Amino acid sequence: MGARVVSQFIAVLVDGVVYASWLFIIAVGLTLIYGVMKILNIAHGSLYALGAFSAVSLSAAWFSQGYAAMGSFAMLALAAVLVGLVFGPLIERGLLQFLYGKDEVVLVLVTYALFLILEDFIKLVWGVDPLFVQGPNGETPYGLLGNFEVAGLTYPNYNLLLLGVAVLTGLVLTWSLNSTRSGKLLLAVIHDREVSAALGINVSRTYFVTFTIGAFLAAVGGALTAPTVSVVTGMGAEVIVMAFAVVVIGGLGSLPGAALGALIVGMVRAAAVHYAPEVELFSIYFVMAAVLIARPKGLFSGAEVRKI
Amino acid sequence: MKLDRTGLSLIVVVVMLLVSGPFLPSWMVSLLNVSMCYGIVVLGMMLLMRTGLVSFGHGLYYCLGAYAAGLIDQVWKMPDMLLMVAGSIVATAVVSAVLGLLLAKYREIFFAMLSLAFSMILYGLLVKSASLGSTDGFNVAAKTVGGVAVEGDTLRVTVFSVTAVILGIAAFLLHGYLASHRGRLAGAIRDNELRVEYMGASVFATVHFNYVVSAVLAGIGGALMAVNIGHIDPEMTYWPQSGEFVFIAILSGTGSVFAPLGGALVFESVRSFAYEYSPNTWQMVLGITMLVVMIFLPGGLWSLFTRGKAKEAAT
Repeated sequence: MGARVVSQFIAVLVDGVVYASWLFIIAVGLTLIYGVMKILNIAHGSLYALGAFSAVSLSAAWFSQGYAAMGSFAMLALAAVLVGLVFGPLIERGLLQFLYGKDEVVLVLVTYALFLILEDFIKLVWGVDPLFVQGPNGETPYGLLGNFEVAGLTYPNYNLLLLGVAVLTGLVLTWSLNSTRSGKLLLAVIHDREVSAALGINVSRTYFVTFTIGAFLAAVGGALTAPTVSVVTGMGAEVIVMAFAVVVIGGLGSLPGAALGALIVGMVRAAAVHYAPEVELFSIYFVMAAVLIARPKGLFSGAEVRKI
Repeated sequence: MKLDRTGLSLIVVVVMLLVSGPFLPSWMVSLLNVSMCYGIVVLGMMLLMRTGLVSFGHGLYYCLGAYAAGLIDQVWKMPDMLLMVAGSIVATAVVSAVLGLLLAKYREIFFAMLSLAFSMILYGLLVKSASLGSTDGFNVAAKTVGGVAVEGDTLRVTVFSVTAVILGIAAFLLHGYLASHRGRLAGAIRDNELRVEYMGASVFATVHFNYVVSAVLAGIGGALMAVNIGHIDPEMTYWPQSGEFVFIAILSGTGSVFAPLGGALVFESVRSFAYEYSPNTWQMVLGITMLVVMIFLPGGLWSLFTRGKAKEAAT
């Protein structure tokens, strides 16, 4: 009896960490874009879906050439890069750059319109049937890496890849924000856009680069998810609201906040799945509401200077 | 309450609907039914927007109203249309009065996010409650109206007429409220809360009251939709549904109670025709429409009518 309780607890921890890694990869781009541009980007969900669908197409092309299955990982990465480089600049230069300075809520609605457009774009290109990242003999990147065992439970090593990508993303972003020249310029833009522009910082280019990186991170999340699920239309809608929960819990625009939010949501969901499956979804949004009520600006919000 | 031009026009519109109801083709009746239900919900969104608030979770009350109607039918076995609407009013008024105590202190994106969280909580509960049909929901049917049993074609016409009358009453009352002292505070709160407080009015009480009114309107819309469509499911409180309401409100503008009603009709028409002719691109059509309206017509479609006139009604 005792052993079962312990192993279930360990399973919750492992599932929680895996789920948190996945959430962090998706949410960190969202919080980055909000932090710099003050846009709560609903279309982030579509970029995530685009990453997943592109991963399906590219890996299908790879498998159909009969190349080694291991190479499909390169295709996942390529899918994320392509989506980031094509759709990021397209959306920022083609639409958002004309709308800076509008009300935050108006910008949310603009990205909602964008979300609707991209959802149908996906249907037009990939159809409405579920798709899978799978080779001719059923091999998927998810199974290729082998398994590891914790307390008698077997997990695919793919989960370690997720964790690795999440940690790496967090470290690289933190380092480049705090220790590089362009990162420090970015912090200046976050602090005060107008003064930064007056001091000669190219704010428009900062926004452009930030949005592209954010779009890339959403696509990374999608591409990494593609091998683990059936890729269907509507997957973006499901993910974006969960990503909202993560960034709102942590504090909009905060990197450590996104990490903490992802951990909280990941653990809560893992615990719910194991101990009380009927409250799985409920628990996430319950935590989101509770945090908003207790700390309206999220757990990692500092004191704010009010500008008059 | 003085009967002004808007009030008179409302009466004319409702009478026209009632008279033409029995003669309209059924596709048009369905289109009008859905538009009217959405119209009632968006009346509430308009009130919130005038107060400067955008809720990304009004699906909560839309769904709550619909489920209240459904429970009256399924559990208490009293499938009366008016009773269903009354039940939805009570349910949404109670829930929104409580949640409003929290939400009335929130503004902007935080208001949107907290209302989103509340609506997703209901979604999370409903998809896991097997007794309410989980993700499939269940069927609802009204068999009596005000105690009188109706069926067949008469039922169809009666439901249409009752919906039109309720819409008329809701719009008429809201129009009166918007012109009242408290109703006019909404715009003042949006512009500058501090000044409103200095004038001696309570911002909190006004926001709270407007929130409850908008929630009740959403609930009525949900109950009527349940009766009209005959089916309810948790998608009614999923976030894209709430997004749709915001969408119509933006499309309509906040100039007059006619704006949301017209906006809902335009939205439903665009949607059903786009859906008819290209089922895979109707969302794209909606998205592009929304972008065009937001960029070129920030005051919504209604601002087309008020151009050149005094702008006080639009703002």
